Amino acid sequence: MKNKFILLTLILFIGFCFIVFYKGLNNSNTYIPKISNKKSIPIFEAKDFNSNAYLNSEKIFEEDIFYIVNIWASWCVPCRTEHPLLMRLSKNQSIKLIGINYRDNLNNAKDFINEFGNPYSQIIIDNDGALSVEFGAYGVPETFIVDKHKKIIKKFVGPINQEIVNKIKLIIK
Amino acid sequence: MKILKIFMIIFLFIGFSQLKSDEKSNELKSKILKNIRCLICQGQSVYDSESDFASSIKLIVDKKINEGFQEYQIYDFLREKYGDWIIYDPQLNKNTYILWLLPLLLFLVGGAIIHKIIRKKNEK
Repeated sequence: MKNKFILLTLILFIGFCFIVFYKGLNNSNTYIPKISNKKSIPIFEAKDFNSNAYLNSEKIFEEDIFYIVNIWASWCVPCRTEHPLLMRLSKNQSIKLIGINYRDNLNNAKDFINEFGNPYSQIIIDNDGALSVEFGAYGVPETFIVDKHKKIIKKFVGPINQEIVNKIKLIIK
Repeated sequence: MKILKIFMIIFLFIGFSQLKSDEKSNELKSKILKNIRCLICQGQSVYDSESDFASSIKLIVDKKINEGFQEYQIYDFLREKYGDWIIYDPQLNKNTYILWLLPLLLFLVGGAIIHKIIRKKNEK
């Protein structure tokens, strides 16, 4: 009786471990923190892509509208795939796209914009990646939705696709 | 000549104390960086990694130390941006109760079992 109980407990324990590890195999390796409460955009000062003049965050996000903040770089291949979607999003009058050019060569970045078009109403330079850390970004590409109260309400890690664009459209409605 | 000597001593003293404080801030920086997980790397701390993400974090930590931030304030800053996962040493909160209390619980249960076995043996 005692041996049977031990065997049953052992089988149950092994079964439990198997289920836990098997479920773990399906989990994504990429860790994305949940934004549980809306976070305010960081207060910062950054160089403007075109004029090289310093701009502060208040000036960049001055209007009471939704903003889409997109972190991009000319060397980033997935940025090229999401660019046409950003171009389409930029036609929407109720939002403004802010580009953060991440750890890039300025000339290459300008060539990128000239070749693929400029969806951004404002591009700021993040040479050392510090500004992206202030936003809580991992790298490029990454997209944030900032609401009318200047709070980050959603974050998309990696290139955006049509499904994400639909989500963005639903949020800004 | 005497004045020159005094100036030399003051100058050397300032130089040494500057060196000492640089050494201290470097030690603090290394300690913090070793306790921060590189979120885009496989099992590496920010200290060990050369990725873009890690170098940005290194820069931010350096900046915060120079601004006079305390160690816990830097962790709080990063935790706010990236969640608890970024710090190797997890805080005690409702999500980590099991993590912290399970070893203690196992220790107590194990101790109780051993105690019971010994008592049984002694009774025999």
